[in-house]
Order: sequence, then C-alpha cells, then structure tokens
Amino acid sequence: MDREALARETYGILTSDKLTYRQKLIQLAKQAENSLEVLHIPEKFAKYFETRALCDMGEGNAPYRPRYVMVDYERFMKQGSEFLKIEPPKTLDEAIFALLTLYYHVPSITTMPVYIGNLDTLLDPFLDGLSDEEVKAKFKLFLNYVDRTIADGYCHANLGPKDLRATRLLLECEKELKNAVPNFTIKYDIDETPDDLMEQAILCALECANPAIANHKAHKDTYWDYGISSCYNILPLRGGSYILSRVVIPRLAKMADSTEQFLEEVLPDALLGLGQYMDERIRFLVEESGFFQSSFLVKEGLIERENFTAMFGVAGLCDGVNYLLRDSGKRYGHDPEADDLADRIMTIIADFAASYPAKYCEASGGHYYLHAQAGLSTDEGVTSGVRIVVGDEPESLYAHLRHSARFHRFFPTGCSDIFPFEVTARNNPAAVLDIIKGAFREGDKYMAIYQSDSDLVRITGYLVKRSDIEKYDSGQVVLQDTVQNGSSNYKLNRLADRKVRSNA
Amino acid sequence: MHKTAAAGPLRAPVNRILEHTLVDGPGNRTIVFFQECNIGCRYCHNPETQRMCIGCGSCVDQCPAGALRLEAGRVIWDRELCVGCDTCIHVCPHYSSPKVTEMTVDEVYEEIRRNIPFIRGITVSGGECSLRLPFLQELFARCRNLSLTCLMDCNGTVPLWDEPVMEVCDGVMLDVKAWDEGCFRRLTGAGNSVVKENLRHLSEMEKLEELRIVCLDGWVDAPEVIRGIAQTVTEKTKRETLLKLIRFRSMGVRGELAKAPSPSGAYMAELEKLARQLGFENIRVV
Ligand code: SF4
Ligand code: SF4
Repeated sequence: MDREALARETYGILTSDKLTYRQKLIQLAKQAENSLEVLHIPEKFAKYFETRALCDMGEGNAPYRPRYVMVDYERFMKQGSEFLKIEPPKTLDEAIFALLTLYYHVPSITTMPVYIGNLDTLLDPFLDGLSDEEVKAKFKLFLNYVDRTIADGYCHANLGPKDLRATRLLLECEKELKNAVPNFTIKYDIDETPDDLMEQAILCALECANPAIANHKAHKDTYWDYGISSCYNILPLRGGSYILSRVVIPRLAKMADSTEQFLEEVLPDALLGLGQYMDERIRFLVEESGFFQSSFLVKEGLIERENFTAMFGVAGLCDGVNYLLRDSGKRYGHDPEADDLADRIMTIIADFAASYPAKYCEASGGHYYLHAQAGLSTDEGVTSGVRIVVGDEPESLYAHLRHSARFHRFFPTGCSDIFPFEVTARNNPAAVLDIIKGAFREGDKYMAIYQSDSDLVRITGYLVKRSDIEKYDSGQVVLQDTVQNGSSNYKLNRLADRKVRSNA
Repeated sequence: MHKTAAAGPLRAPVNRILEHTLVDGPGNRTIVFFQECNIGCRYCHNPETQRMCIGCGSCVDQCPAGALRLEAGRVIWDRELCVGCDTCIHVCPHYSSPKVTEMTVDEVYEEIRRNIPFIRGITVSGGECSLRLPFLQELFARCRNLSLTCLMDCNGTVPLWDEPVMEVCDGVMLDVKAWDEGCFRRLTGAGNSVVKENLRHLSEMEKLEELRIVCLDGWVDAPEVIRGIAQTVTEKTKRETLLKLIRFRSMGVRGELAKAPSPSGAYMAELEKLARQLGFENIRVV
C-alpha cells in the first residue's frame, strides 16, 4: 500500500465512531506493523497471493508475537510468577486473581488471550470448604470479568474430560450467564466422562451454544498434551501456534485449466509456495522479532519455543470440488465422485505437509500440521474448512456425520462441524449425546451444537449474539470485536439457513 | 416362527422410517411408522396413516411432480420423482397415503442397521403398530442382537400381555387417551376395556416405558385418566414410568378439531399437580 492510502486508512480508523477506543488501538498498531516490509516474500507465494488463493490471514507484515499462545496455567498455579510478583495461590480468590492478572499479559494475534486454560482442573483444587453458592458467586464474577475485558469471541476456555465439582459448577454458571466470551469446549472421553455430565453440557449448549464438544480420544496423543483455543485449534500446551496461513481451494481451482492440471501442477506448486511463505514468517518471528528472547512467559517456563507448531490451513474444499465438477453438477457431500475427488485433494495436501520440513516445529515432528480453517469475515464462496456448504447439507444427519469423519481425519490441529438442533432436543439431551457418541466412534473430531432459536449463534467457531449483530448493523458501538466479523459472515454465508436437526 | 415357506417372508405396510427421533423414547432412536390403525382418533396428527389406500386415484392428478400413477387399480409412487410436498395426503379422502411401501422384516432391519452407532434403539409407531405383532416379534429379535432396545408406541386396544412379542419388546409407550368408556368412544370410535387390561398387565410385567395423555378439555377426561391410571398401575410404575401430559395441538388435525385451541398452561399445571398428588414422580408436560 502506498503511504497516502495507508495514511487515509489510518485516519479512518482513528476517527471512526463504530469502534471502541481499544478496538482503535489494536487496528492502529496493525497499521504501523503493515507500514514495514521486512519479510522476504517467496515468488511462488506472491503469485497465488494475488488471487487470494493463498492467504496470510491478515496476520500483518511483521509477526512480533505468535498467533496463538497456549500458556501452561497449571505450572503457573504451582509456581506463581516472579515477573508478575505473584505467589502460588492458596485460596479460590487468590487463584482467580492470579489467572486474571496473567491473562492481561498473554499475547496473541488478536492481542488478547485466545486460550485461558482448562478452567475446571485449574480451579477445582481451591473449592474445599466453600458451598456451591459461594463458589458460583466467585465463578460468575470471574467469567463476567473475562467477558467484559477480554471481549473477544476467539478467547477459549476448556473443561473436562474429568468430572470435577468445578466442571459442573462452571457449566451451571455458564448456562445462567449466557456470555459470548469465553468460548468453552469440553473434552469428551467416551469412556471416562460420565453421561450425566455430558447431558448437563448438552443442555447448557442448547441454551447458550457453549460448550462445544471435542473428541478427547482423537486428540490426546497429537502432542505431549493439548489445549483448544480460538476457533477449535488443537495445539500443544505450553506452546501454541506461530502462525496460520491457508490455501483457499476454490480460488486456486479457478486458476487451473482442468482437474488433472489442478491436481498435478497448480495445487503442488501452490502448496510449496505456502510452505516457503510460512517458513519466512516463522523465521522472522523466532529469529528477529525478539519475542522468544524477551517474554517473561518463556523465561518462567510457562511457554517454550520448542512447543510451538504452525498451522497449514485449508479452506473451501467443498466449493473447490463443486467448482471443478461444475460441468457434471456433482456435489461435495452428495456424490461419491465428488467426495473421492475431495479425498484426493486432501491426500495431496496431507502428503505435502508430512514431507515438507518445517524448522522450529519440533512439537509436530518437524512438519506443519493441517488445520481446517474456518473462514474470514470477508470470505464469499469459501465454506469453512471441509464442511459442506450451508443449505446443501445431506438430508440424513448420519450421512452428514460420516462424511465429516471421513475428512476430519486429515486435520491434527482442528476440524469441526456445527449443528443447530430443534427445541425438542432440550427434553432429551441423552438423544443428542447418542448422536455425538456415534459421531465420535465414526471418527468425528469435534462438534458444536446450539438450539436453532437461541440468541447466541456460532459463526465459524466463535460466538456472537444475534442481538449484537443487529446493534452493530444499525450503527451502534459494540464491545466485542468479533461481532464485526460475525455480522458480515452471518450474511455472506447464509448461516441462518443451516439445516436444523429435529425429529423429522 | 410365524411364517411358512409357502407364505413367503412377512411383510408390513410402512408409512415411513425416520432415522432419528428426539421425542419418541429415551435417547436417540430410529422410528418406524406402520400404515393402518384400528381406531380413528378425532385429534389424530397423522390422519393419513389411518387406513390402507383403496386405489381410488383421487391423488394421482393432484401430484405436481408426476410421481403418482394408477396401474391395475393400484397407485404407484415414484420415490425419485417425489418432491415431498404432501399434496397427495392432504387430498386423499380416505385417510391414507400413496407413499406407503410394503416392506419385509429384512428391508426394515437393513434401514435400521445402517443407523448404528448413532442410535440406542428403535421405536415402532403408526398407524397402530400392534396390528403387526408377528412382524414386530421377528424385527425386535433381530434388533436386540445388535443391542438395540425395542419400544412400541401404541394405543393398547390389542391385548399384548400374552403375546410372545413381549419377550423381545423392551417396553410399551401407551397412549391412554380417555378413561370413561363413552368419552373414549366419542374420541376414537372404539371401546377401551382392553386398554385398561393392557395397562394393568404391562405395569405388573414392568413393560411400561411411558404413559401418554393428549389433553384437550371438553374432549378428554384427563383428570379421570390420571386417577384411573393411578388406581390401576403398580407403585413402581407411578414412581418410575414417565407420565407425559401432552397439550393438544391442532397441527395436522382434520375435521371438527382442526381449529380447536390448545389447553391453557394453567390447565396443564393443574393436571400436573393432580398427578403429583396421586403419586406420579416422573411427569413431563409437553
Ligand atoms: S408428496 Fe405426494 S403429491 Fe407431493 S410430489 Fe410426492 S407424491 Fe406427489
Ligand atoms: S392415497 Fe388416497 S387418494 Fe390416493 S389412491 Fe389411495 S385412497 Fe385414493
């Protein structure tokens, strides 16, 4: 961008009456970052970047903090922090104070923490001697503080898979508060997590779209230990992800002359471009930005450079396949021929990632891991990851779930589906649990559910309130920055039309 | 076995099979709706399941998709062409549907089997499923081999207690409808002495999965039904079996009740209170 255009944009942000002060601050910092040109952009990347077939996720021109940071909060609770002058907490109040203080200092691509820990395991040791009511009063203050200050739909908390008193109490609080932040995911181990806890979680999710449900067995051996952040990123604990870049299949498909040429030339060439580009971003972040050299999180062992990986994103598989097969009219999610082509595309991408060496990615075996990227607010005609486009979901819920399982298997760092259920599900959470169990047995990795008429809706993974979208659209200032993304995504991707799963 | 080589495999007319239902029994289940009923409730939500098609042909010309045709006095439905608009069932003057398929136990079983591992069981409904007992006996026996539980959703007008099907049926969801004989007759056109017998026996056999009453003041003597059930069933049934008090809703209903209003929330609350006083512990108003 030339200087004048940059200045004009900066002025626009600075004088906006739709942004909060903090939102302005973040965007202004981005302007400053983007005035730099310090990365050596590989030619192969530039060619596909022009058509947005390869995409840097708007992470900025000079990465100076990892995209997602997965702090080892357990360690922090045991050792406190010298830098923050915090002793290891002994009471629930001290524990909450310690966590909230640390959150303030955890960076990420959004500037706010995208992972705030497995809250039940973190807080459960401090509940002795307190009644449920006392605990819940404190939990609610804690959760509301996070909602109002972090105010970012990408902020994510984890629960489970163990059944703890804190797990149940946090679910109760969440159901009563119906906050959009943090997002919750419960790690569900079919053999360990009891049915009645899961039914409580499902009732909570039907009420307020939280928690989402992760297949613990499918994820637990991905790294030494994992956490779930943001839009369902499965990442190594005490580390995280340096960056996320992605290949947008439909845009790439449009650059090819034929399906064969796409598979044999265009796709492999673009994958190489993306790999090289990711190398360069990570090089700058690790070697030049000074982040790992200066952060107290590193010094105190709350994160370790060796526990970081990077996500190689894939988006719009459905649209890409449908585009390539446009003459025959065969569709992803419906025709075996389309699904087989999708499988071939994914196999090529997975093979590339498994063979391309990635420096500084020890946590993932020296390679990039695939991530089913959920979308950007500006995407049009790009369906999340490997999902089936909204409005074209198979009639059969089971066929849909089996289809998901087939494609989830390619993605170690996160892949998910979202299912709205009808109100009647509230009377029979066991039925929803049966469906989830079946899905996880078939190999699905992650499911988010909500009730079709609830105010909170899931966009690509994060949550916003329909009522906030309306406010934002009518020109009012809203607290959460994700509402801005949600508003445009909700319309571009016709999310109101998602197939509702009912009894008919 | 109920079949002989000469008679060929058992068949039954199936209105439709839904791969999952959230409202017909515990957990997620596949539900099979059989065609044909032996009574005719005025408040029936699916009147098109009541009778067998007589091939009158009235629906054929009304189909906007050309999915219906008459052949040798029978209506043939083309599943591929059908767009599911349900015009045919709305215009059928005989409480039937042209979209009914005669199926063998094997065929129904296969449709159920492919829904594993997503379901914990099946529910059979109707029409009236108890008109198909030999078929059910064979179907249930096979489903139980897959560890699926098998429930019958029925009106209780067919004696069940001595039937071998009960050995493979995990429970009955009994729709008690009305208590006073005259009231029952006015509502359904039939008598209810067998329903009461079924209620008593099935309760003793611990085969009652759920008790239902569709509540509609003026047509259904719901307080009497609740009292009647309380006097007939065991204490264990009262404690454990789900008593579902269903608010009448006019959706799908034909005839003089097509526009009848739903009972008030206050009325439903009163019924719930009565049931609680009489010792029912597992009550749900829907
Ligand atoms: S539902 Fe009936 S009327 Fe409608 S297309 Fe199908 S067969 Fe024809
Ligand atoms: S479905 Fe009804 S209208 Fe159609 S042929 Fe049969 S009886 Fe006649």
